[in-house]
Amino acid sequence: MTIDREKLLDIYTRTMKVAGFDEKMRSLLMSGKLATIYYTMRGQELVTSAMMAALNQDDYLVTTYRGQHDQIAKGVPLDLLIAEIAGRATGTCKGKGGSMHITHPATGVMVTTGVVGSGLPIANGLALSSQNKKDGKVTVTCFGDGATNIGAFHEALNMAQLYKLPVIFLCQNNHYGEHTAFADHTKVDSIVTRAAAYGMRGVKVDGNDAVAMYAAAKDAVDRARAGEGPTLIEAMCYRMMGHFFGADFSYMPPEHIEEMKAQDPLPKLNALMLEHQFPQAELDAIVAKLAAELDAAVAFAFDSPFPDADEIRKDVFEEEIAA
Amino acid sequence: MSDTETLEASASKAKKPKQITMVQALNAALDEAMAADEGVILLGEDVGAKQGGGVFKVSSGLSEKYGDHRIRATPISEQAIMGACVGAALAGMRPIAEIMLMNFVTVAMDQIVNHAAKLRFMSGGQTNVPMVIRTTTGVGVGFGGQHSDMLEAWFAHVPGLKIVTPSNAADAKGLMRSAIECNDPVIFIENILCYGLKSEDPGVDYRVPLGKAAVAREGSDVTLITYGRTVLDALEVAETLAGEGVSVEVIDLRTIAPYDEATVTASVRKTGRAVVLHEAVRSYGTGAEIASRLHEALFNELKAPVQRIGGAFSAVPMASVLEQAWIPSKDEIADAIRTTMEWKR
Repeated sequence: MTIDREKLLDIYTRTMKVAGFDEKMRSLLMSGKLATIYYTMRGQELVTSAMMAALNQDDYLVTTYRGQHDQIAKGVPLDLLIAEIAGRATGTCKGKGGSMHITHPATGVMVTTGVVGSGLPIANGLALSSQNKKDGKVTVTCFGDGATNIGAFHEALNMAQLYKLPVIFLCQNNHYGEHTAFADHTKVDSIVTRAAAYGMRGVKVDGNDAVAMYAAAKDAVDRARAGEGPTLIEAMCYRMMGHFFGADFSYMPPEHIEEMKAQDPLPKLNALMLEHQFPQAELDAIVAKLAAELDAAVAFAFDSPFPDADEIRKDVFEEEIAA
Repeated sequence: MSDTETLEASASKAKKPKQITMVQALNAALDEAMAADEGVILLGEDVGAKQGGGVFKVSSGLSEKYGDHRIRATPISEQAIMGACVGAALAGMRPIAEIMLMNFVTVAMDQIVNHAAKLRFMSGGQTNVPMVIRTTTGVGVGFGGQHSDMLEAWFAHVPGLKIVTPSNAADAKGLMRSAIECNDPVIFIENILCYGLKSEDPGVDYRVPLGKAAVAREGSDVTLITYGRTVLDALEVAETLAGEGVSVEVIDLRTIAPYDEATVTASVRKTGRAVVLHEAVRSYGTGAEIASRLHEALFNELKAPVQRIGGAFSAVPMASVLEQAWIPSKDEIADAIRTTMEWKR
């Protein structure tokens, strides 16, 4: 499998943008400059960057609370994203959604749900709209292995295949559903085996292998766009920290921690870039540029005003609620 | 007889007003909406021609006319139906989810309460969910505990949802068109026992605005506030009590939420007495909210405390004798009104 250099650089840039953001968020939380619920995606940066690099800007994304990597990789501007997480009026959702409900239709981010598994049926609806309108868009919905045991997963996959919808179910299998290890919540070896139960195409891929992950993503997108129906992608990856930031993860056995450290996508991707003749200095320059952009975004967020209290009467319905 | 009178008489003879049932009214509303807007689609169990056009035939003939891509017969998957409608609505369509019976709506509560109702707000107004959830229910046909509930109070408690229920065929048509055109999610409750009710056909493109109650009968002594099937009982009781010299004003809310406070409060200010009636369980029902609002607004003007009448505090029973004991009877309604009339401070 090969990948063209331009696409690889695109994936690298998206990945490092996510990684820089995550590191910054954790530092803001640790220092007390920011106080909010935050679900770090440390370890899952590459999976989503390769997926989003296979999409167009106007393709749809539905993701979950652990979805900041998906949103950034899809293109949500960092300043609006961080302002939203910080509860500012300038945030994507005017401070009304927060990190678990990021929405940014301009970059195709239609829903971020805080309810495990609920995004899958909604993704079908977006895809159904594209099928009826023939607008050529593809919908991707991201979720974890934990979401595959809720009824919505079953209903959504069955309906998607029944209607041959242009939707991709991207399961980022990070080996844990909240604090419960995969083997303790599921008795099949792989999520992807479930695709067969719906007559759906299923692909299992190493989500920390940029070339393989991009190839799987691109193939699924091309098929969906061509009207060949949905794909369930099971991308193997690791959640290198706890369920939410600050949560205990002592329940992870030492051998699992060793295994995931060895598979850390960031050093692996860097090595791949060098293999593809990108000089380290060029990569460092990209990271430095992203860091400057990130600092400006953080400054924008913290300089922004909080929302007016009146906002609680707006956006409940189209018409404002009377005071 | 003048010429004009003759002309009018012959015109009315030639054009006898066409009567339509509630099922026909709903079918016509869907048909007109689908003809007017490509984005209007219907998803539900058994709704296509292959399945006979829906269990209650409301979508009869529509898949033949608009195609299976717009009338989507679904698997028995309420979460998937509801989620697909939420997603299609986010993408700018105007989907209608047909949930065969209101109790089955409970299977899709996450999509309704956490998503349809909240996405406009949580997105800061960037997205909205213009969908209709059509569902039917009703006590009185022996369907028992899991096929009969009126759950409107559950949804009225959730910010972001509108709840509509027609009591007659003409309103069904007009409310359905308005619900489809609403830019927010609307729960449209139909009553099985009302499907055969006939009204004069209100004609094409007829609309009844959401949020507006109707005065179904004018009166001056007491206001009887209700909606859906019990409007029929209310009108019958009002007629009976007129014989006893009690003038009952009947208000048909039509939209349960948002509540038409202006119309109801004005009526009760006029009569000074109010009774709220619904088929749903009385405890924690919408009657409690309405009574409370009336007490807040009109405490000093009320001649009697607002009475509430609703279903008994049990599952809806199957045996006819139990079902009739469960549901508010006309005697119960008349007695509540008499109690209100005779109230002494």
